[in-house]
Amino acid sequence: MERKKSYIEDVERGIYDIVDQEKHAYIVDKGLTEEIITEISQVKNEPQWMLDFRLKCLKIYKSMPVPMWSADLSELDIENIVHYVKPDAKQSHTWDDVPDYIKNTFERLGIPQAERESLAGVGAQYDSEVIYHSMSEHLARQGVIYMDIDKALIEYEDIIKEYFMTLITPHDHKFAALHGAVWSGGSYVYVPEGVQVDLPLQSYFRLNAKGAGQFEHTLIIVEKGASLHFIEGCSAPKYSVQNLHAGAVELFIREGAKLRYSTIENWSRNMYNLNTKRALVDAHGTIEWISGSFGSKVSMLYPMSILQGAHAKSEFTGVTFASTGQYLDTGMKVIHAAPYTNSTVHAKSISKNGGYAYYRSLLRVLESAHNCKSTVNCESLMLDNFSKSDTLPIIELFNDQVDIGHEAKIGRISDDAIFYMMSRGISEEEAKAMVVRGFVEPISKELPLEYAVELNNLITMELEGTIG
Amino acid sequence: MLLNIKNLVATVEDTEILKGVDLTVGLGEVHVIMGPNGAGKSTLANVLMGHPKYQVKDGAVEFNGEDLLDMDVDERAKKGIFMSFQHPQEIPGVALANFIRTAKREITEQKVNLLEFSKELVSKLNQLNMKQEYMDRSLNQGFSGGEKKKSEIVQMAMLKPKLAILDETDSGLDIDAIKVVYEEIQNMAQKDNSIILITHYSRILDFVKPDAIHVLKDGKIVATGDRSLADRIEAEGYDIFN
Repeated sequence: MERKKSYIEDVERGIYDIVDQEKHAYIVDKGLTEEIITEISQVKNEPQWMLDFRLKCLKIYKSMPVPMWSADLSELDIENIVHYVKPDAKQSHTWDDVPDYIKNTFERLGIPQAERESLAGVGAQYDSEVIYHSMSEHLARQGVIYMDIDKALIEYEDIIKEYFMTLITPHDHKFAALHGAVWSGGSYVYVPEGVQVDLPLQSYFRLNAKGAGQFEHTLIIVEKGASLHFIEGCSAPKYSVQNLHAGAVELFIREGAKLRYSTIENWSRNMYNLNTKRALVDAHGTIEWISGSFGSKVSMLYPMSILQGAHAKSEFTGVTFASTGQYLDTGMKVIHAAPYTNSTVHAKSISKNGGYAYYRSLLRVLESAHNCKSTVNCESLMLDNFSKSDTLPIIELFNDQVDIGHEAKIGRISDDAIFYMMSRGISEEEAKAMVVRGFVEPISKELPLEYAVELNNLITMELEGTIG
Repeated sequence: MLLNIKNLVATVEDTEILKGVDLTVGLGEVHVIMGPNGAGKSTLANVLMGHPKYQVKDGAVEFNGEDLLDMDVDERAKKGIFMSFQHPQEIPGVALANFIRTAKREITEQKVNLLEFSKELVSKLNQLNMKQEYMDRSLNQGFSGGEKKKSEIVQMAMLKPKLAILDETDSGLDIDAIKVVYEEIQNMAQKDNSIILITHYSRILDFVKPDAIHVLKDGKIVATGDRSLADRIEAEGYDIFN
């Protein structure tokens, strides 16, 4: 179109960008040494085995090379990241007890309101520690546990010791090892056999401190026949220095159980989001991943489902939106390790203003996994001529009694579609937003209403100011 | 005069398609533009609507006394121009009702009452023999050729433009559908809305009573007349204008 366009470097991210004054009770030095790790563990009063584990992870971390197969991580300077920042607040069970400046942040993000209206429990992490945790009484009576994982390490030490970093081991990759060394905060959820958690639980992770890292650990066990919807949200204000997020999510889904794990991630554009998520699914169990990746400078995020029991099921629905200066490498990994297992992947990506969205996936069907079925569908939409998109699906089949479908589509937003919409009086900006919202509609309809609204708001925010 | 086109010259990818078109359309008038394939009929419609693929090289177009060529596409729509597309676009995930309501809000610059809007939309769909469920379906996605054309007419009826340019609206419609579509078009024409009908068949003249028929050939209006002109073309073809 022969119209004057002006592009801005970054969108005004409104509420997400409001920075609180840094008030912390405790902060470790930059960088990564045995002393710093020991210090973190001591501040937290951890058992000796955890400190030993952390130090082992540190060794592994130092011995492993930086992965070279994806994003350029050469600018990520671990020695300049502060790995532990303890906010100046004790953990509360009512918002009234949370210091105002932290409470206001979560109010702006709509967390307490969502809690009142549509959630069964909320955990809120600020920098390295969980400052708020609460769950409805009727769930507690049914034996559901939802607490911050540092606390669980004290109260349920045996369980944590049994499961912690067994699904994601420090040998998996360099940032898994880093996580093991410096992890702090996160949630532990336990749903007993047969309990159906009616409303979602949500943990929200907010990284306020400049140049810091967030390394929360989420461990969820859904027992036989139980079900849960867990939502995680993350955001941070923008700084000129790098921040790092290397969390880990370990999900254990027992026989016939069901877990839906939803994420809306909106990290600021200076964030390296190197997160690892993994689910182990027993027979007839289901894991559903809903994933929205909007923020960060670099993301490398590939949730993995390991279908280890017959008839286990994995569904992934994800959207990635990459704008100026963003390299978002996202996708999904599914291991079919048992017969009659079923997986579907619906991935969509949008790139604009020079953003780079890379879809990378792995589908591995083991010898034992006969009669399994997998459908992969990925679509990319580029909003202009200087944004990029790539697709790299890897399929490894070790038996031939499988039913595999794969579909990939990469396209640009068509001038004719925009012209058509504008001919009805709709502005170019709104027309593009409608096309994009329509493109992600199959995903937004999977989200609880208020998150669908947030998703649409994020899209609108991303597209505002694109066209001058 | 609602529309005044003077010596319009336009190119697409450096090929001159319109070579000096002159045309005036008054308020409430219905004009039919006929012509062989490749004469420039669709180009004329697209240039009036402002498709970025077409470049205007010479001439002027006034709409309601304002310079139309200076306006962005959405501005033209807001001033009251509507085009029914020969090949309407499919927009996945955008429901027909939502699309029209957004358009209406933009054009009228007022909030659109959902209840009244829905009632009116349902009645228009009924008039065009379209099922109500089309409201919630993605815009034109998976619609048959005929349904797409009807969707265009529904949009026109809802948006109530001052000037509707209908590009080959009859193609893809069966005879019954043509009848209901042109009833709707005739309805519009009776209310001081002007219409330009682009076609290469004269059969639509069984359904509408135009104020003038123009023949566009090789980028120019080569003849203007009444029903008898269309009959002559029907009998002898466009070669008579060589």
